[in-house]
Amino acid sequence: MKGSDVVIEHVRKSFGDFKALDDVSVGIRKGEFFSLLGPSGCGKTTLLRIIAGFESPEGGAVLLDGRDVSPLPPDARHVNTVFQNYALFPHLSVFENVAFSLRLKKAPESEIKAKVAEYLQLVELQAHAHKKPSQLSGGQKQRVAIARALINEPSVLLLDEPLSALDAKLRQHMLIELDSIHDKIGITFIYVTHDQQEALSVSDRIAVMNAGEVLQIGTPQEIYESPATDFVAKFIGETNLYEADVASVSGETVDLSVDGFGTVKVTATEPPPVGSRVSWTIRPEKVRIGLEEPKSARNGINAIAGVVDEPIYSGFQSKFYVRTPSGLVLKVIKQHADWSDDGPEIAWKDSVWLSFSAEDAYIVEVKR
Amino acid sequence: MKRVPGSSGAQGGLYAAPSIFWLSVFFLAPLAIIVAYSFLTPGARGGVEWTPTLDAYRAIANPTFAKVTLNTILVAIGATAITLLIAVPCGYYMARSERQTLLLMLIMIPFWTNFLIRIYAWIAILGNEGFLNDILLATGLAKQSVRFLYNRGAVMLVLVYTYLPYAILPLYSTIDKFDFSLLEAARDLGASKLGAINKVLLPNIKGGILTAFLFTFIPIFGAYAVPLLVGGTESYMLGNLIADELTKSRDWPLASAISLVITLVTTIGVLLLLRANGNAVLGGSGDGEPAVSEPAAAIGGSR
Ligand SMILES: Nc1ncnc2c1ncn2[C@@H]1O[C@H](COP(=O)(O)OP(=O)(O)O)[C@@H](O)[C@H]1O
Ligand SMILES: [Mg+2]
Repeated sequence: MKGSDVVIEHVRKSFGDFKALDDVSVGIRKGEFFSLLGPSGCGKTTLLRIIAGFESPEGGAVLLDGRDVSPLPPDARHVNTVFQNYALFPHLSVFENVAFSLRLKKAPESEIKAKVAEYLQLVELQAHAHKKPSQLSGGQKQRVAIARALINEPSVLLLDEPLSALDAKLRQHMLIELDSIHDKIGITFIYVTHDQQEALSVSDRIAVMNAGEVLQIGTPQEIYESPATDFVAKFIGETNLYEADVASVSGETVDLSVDGFGTVKVTATEPPPVGSRVSWTIRPEKVRIGLEEPKSARNGINAIAGVVDEPIYSGFQSKFYVRTPSGLVLKVIKQHADWSDDGPEIAWKDSVWLSFSAEDAYIVEVKR
Repeated sequence: MKRVPGSSGAQGGLYAAPSIFWLSVFFLAPLAIIVAYSFLTPGARGGVEWTPTLDAYRAIANPTFAKVTLNTILVAIGATAITLLIAVPCGYYMARSERQTLLLMLIMIPFWTNFLIRIYAWIAILGNEGFLNDILLATGLAKQSVRFLYNRGAVMLVLVYTYLPYAILPLYSTIDKFDFSLLEAARDLGASKLGAINKVLLPNIKGGILTAFLFTFIPIFGAYAVPLLVGGTESYMLGNLIADELTKSRDWPLASAISLVITLVTTIGVLLLLRANGNAVLGGSGDGEPAVSEPAAAIGGSR
């Protein structure tokens, strides 16, 4: 496997009184497509800049393949960056931008020609080699930035929100392309984004960050299905998040008493003791909505009656906000499948039944 | 190509009238007078006699003139080079500083004092009984006062001091527009600190460097007051020669001919430079500094 593993150990960084990174530790594996995901201002760029060597951490260390690189300047690290604003050299042609690191190494002209051609081909820009960056579209600039970074054959490629300046369609396309470049090159990618869709769709693993801290590290499935904190649950996808008290525990199934509402069965791998205050979540698409009361209320199935407050139709799916008699509002997403599956239309003010399995509902945080 | 409505010849001429008037009265007419005078015979007490002759140009061909020209070129190149070497880091520092307004103020403050008074201030500092010598003698670093003034070094020092703001300002405004993340990109790709400056910063601020060069080289080439007040015989410059021909030898045609030579040399130099850097100056690189469109305005401006 090419690429390096990157270990970030207890890294801290403040700007004045402001703690941009507070004891961040992340282990990234060789060849992994690893994402740093979090809202704007949470410290993603700062962490990336520390890995690249543009900022020095106040505490902790950055290890590349087990070697502490903290004291090394950026030009001595086997790491290259695709910058948020591309940072292409405006005075150089596309060819010379890509050739930049080879020229610094005083590579022979024939090698430069061959390698630049190879990497321009990788990003499909052969035809634009002679152009200046100002003559390129956003997506093309992006590709030049990628080729320029990759031609140096880094063992880790850092990408800082590389797609944020592109429009939605192009973003999707470039994301797929990035993924395929990653597969071809095989080095470690550390990808910074605030877009949870992007992170979920390409990453091997994701670190979710907020306010200078890493909240959870896991595969997209783990992050989505079993968020570690309320913040992760709310930040990734759409969710229903409530507080409740633990009423009883049997194995991994926990009965929660939800304020002014009744009992809900949920799952917890490590059930908290009876009487604990917890937050719990159920994803809207895991909730079934129907006009009739679900028959044979199997053990572990929660059934809740309510009234549709607001239906939102969006083509392939509909979203419903359903208000229960106690005032609790649940978000429900119903996919529109084929004829066999589509029941009668559900409309505003309809009385409906919601049901979900205890296996799909999780305890997120234990409050006390 | 579409014609903009109302841009007919007559109206175009009308709009251009003020600048044509300005150029004719304050630039072309004086220039024509200088050209004419350079081909006439000197009058007995200054002025000219209307007898055409090439005497002035013959006089230029003598070795004294060549020596003074050479000295002027050396001083101008040296002082400009030193000025730029100081101005580029200063402009860089200002552009990166968080206290830009304060620093700009500091650059402007010297202009509140008259140029000549500032030269006399240097004399007060560097003179034989000046401030610097007082310190050297008091601390015992020197046994007798050191002669700092009246040589080429003093002329260069005061010229650099005088024209530094004119070099810093255009450099600052160009560097301020420079995207500093490009330097990080260069470091990221393996360039050293100095390599990043050479390969990325300098090529991108070419326009500012050229402007700063023109703003210093042209006035220094025509310098008059500085070599007069702090220079010695070996630092005599063309500006002094012109003044002496006018006021002491009363040879106006010769003074005119020398002026024309300065004008010609600087104009040709400027045109060559503009041409070589066409891209950077004429905005070809996108956000290059606008061209110094009236290089002639500064020409012959001996101070
Ligand atoms: N050089 C700096 N000086 C002061 N504050 C900074 C600096 N760089 C970043 N910050 C602050 O640190 C926080 C994290 O910034 P950043 O890492 O860029 O966030 P992100 O990339 O996640 O949006 C932000 O609040 C930002 O204002
Ligand atoms: Mg950022």
